[in-house]
Amino acid sequence: MAKHRAELLVNLVIALALPAAALTAWALGESFYVSLVSRVAILALAGVGLNLALGYGGMVSFGHAAFFGLGAYAAGIFAFHAFDGTPVISWPIQIMGAASMPVGWLAAIVVAGLAALAIGAISLRTSGVYFIMITLAFAQMLYYLAVSIPTYGGADGLILYLRSGFPGLDSSDDLTFFALCYALLMLAIFITWRIAGSRFGMALRGASRNEERLAAVGISPYPIKLVAFCISAMITAVAGALFAELVGFVSPTLMAWKMSGEILIFVILGGVGRLYAPIIGAAIFILLETLIGGITDRWQFVLGLVLLGVVLFARGGVMGALTGRARHV
Amino acid sequence: MSAALIIEQVLNGFQLGVMLFLMAAGLTLAFGVMGLINLAHGSLYMTGAFVCAWVANATGSFWTGLALGLLASAAAGAIIEILVMRRLYDRDHLDQVLATFSLILIFAEGAHWLFGSRPLYLNIPDLLDGAIALPGGGGYPVYRLAVIGVGLVVAIGLFLLITRTRLGMRIRAGESDREMIGALGVNIRTLYTLVFALGAMLAGLAGVLVGASQSVQVGMGEPVLILAFVVIVIGGIGSIKGALVASVLVGLVDTLGRAFAPSLLALALPVQAAASVGASVASILIYLLMAVVLAFRPQGLFPTHG
Repeated sequence: MAKHRAELLVNLVIALALPAAALTAWALGESFYVSLVSRVAILALAGVGLNLALGYGGMVSFGHAAFFGLGAYAAGIFAFHAFDGTPVISWPIQIMGAASMPVGWLAAIVVAGLAALAIGAISLRTSGVYFIMITLAFAQMLYYLAVSIPTYGGADGLILYLRSGFPGLDSSDDLTFFALCYALLMLAIFITWRIAGSRFGMALRGASRNEERLAAVGISPYPIKLVAFCISAMITAVAGALFAELVGFVSPTLMAWKMSGEILIFVILGGVGRLYAPIIGAAIFILLETLIGGITDRWQFVLGLVLLGVVLFARGGVMGALTGRARHV
Repeated sequence: MSAALIIEQVLNGFQLGVMLFLMAAGLTLAFGVMGLINLAHGSLYMTGAFVCAWVANATGSFWTGLALGLLASAAAGAIIEILVMRRLYDRDHLDQVLATFSLILIFAEGAHWLFGSRPLYLNIPDLLDGAIALPGGGGYPVYRLAVIGVGLVVAIGLFLLITRTRLGMRIRAGESDREMIGALGVNIRTLYTLVFALGAMLAGLAGVLVGASQSVQVGMGEPVLILAFVVIVIGGIGSIKGALVASVLVGLVDTLGRAFAPSLLALALPVQAAASVGASVASILIYLLMAVVLAFRPQGLFPTHG
């Protein structure tokens, strides 16, 4: 019980730390740091998505950058066509571009959901290392596809000149944009929490531990895992859409295998299968990048050492160190 | 499409294939024997290429560079095996992925520090410079033929090592039951270090061979690494035979796809569209191949018992 309480306390601190940091930076007039906190929230959101597949479903996806990138491109392409005044698709129905965030998010969710359905349907036939490798391969496939489509900038990427709007809010304001990112992050954590506690979530955890046993009680593991994989991809895609709005630029590197590795890092650094862990992971990553990156360009050397240390000596990530082993994983 | 062009592209495909085999052999051995998935294999490839290029530029001798490059990659392999990999054998794949991912970051930044950010260039040795005539006209570089030859020799050597020698017997025994061969008095730790260093040396060899025909730079290992993973997944992880078959398959499909997909598509599409669609089809062809193979045979073409 004490550990349970410790985890609640830590979660509360983490949840409040982000808006506190953003407000402080805003009060000091440091808009760069407000954006930096938004970045943490967005990357954490990508991690929350992966955590659903990885932490609760035991699916080690090394290709979540594909969904992050697809989300970014979906939002970017809608904004691009809105700027151009041309339709996104003209057949079978005409869909015009729209420089509106909710439209971009919806597009990201639909596109990533469909992609995850196809990728998951094939990948989930395999398991173990094969699953890791096939998700990586699918991500590479989408990466090369993005590189070779000249309409949307190919390898050079797509520049978004204006941040898309949000009805009733001034989204170009850094603090407002942070609030949107944070709201979505908390919503995704809430959804994950509800899923984890539901009958579906129990079955998912069962599938990650012992598929035969789950099948023996009459639940087929494959559809459960596939649905979880799709939801996971959709959450990560929304993060991608937000990232595109944050930096105003979409490029194939968002889908590169290194990005998949980084999303994994957010989850593992924080603690696999812990609700709030991706926030810690993303925050540490960005802190290292900002602090050490300010001293030397070679900050990833230090990141590598830190990461290696965590894997070898601090299993369970930061959450594991703070509150002990997870109760369910 | 002349006969000479087709022969040339098939040879190129074989060259990519044997090069992938040199990479895939180490990966698949590490997985088959130690149960280890090693993302840092591309870093060992890079190490071989960098050391060879640096030494060759300093001494003017390709062969000295080659020897030291192989030595350096084997040594780097042995060192990371002892310091890091050893602790990972009993862990799940997630930990292995993450630990070896961090090694990639460390190696890449380390190479930046040691060798600078500019690419190094490695010249083909005089002995292998020049071209020979192909039937049907046109020439083919001797160096590329030599690469194919080296790859084939290594493949045969590896096959003999594993099937005919005592070391190979131990490696195979380690694959099927590691506790048992430990109990029989084989020093399993040394065996693992040896296997890992051997794989690292082959990766270094691949790096040197490629480095001499392209440039040597940080990040050169990762694209090859991903291709090598595609190879071992198609072949069946842990199977050397599968790695050989799949690397030639992947090499041919990738090379021929890039060479001929645009012109084949041009039969059905306008030339401009065919060129851009062809390029994207060609670059995803091997991933499609992998998806199709796995959809029908989830354990690859030559599944191992494990």
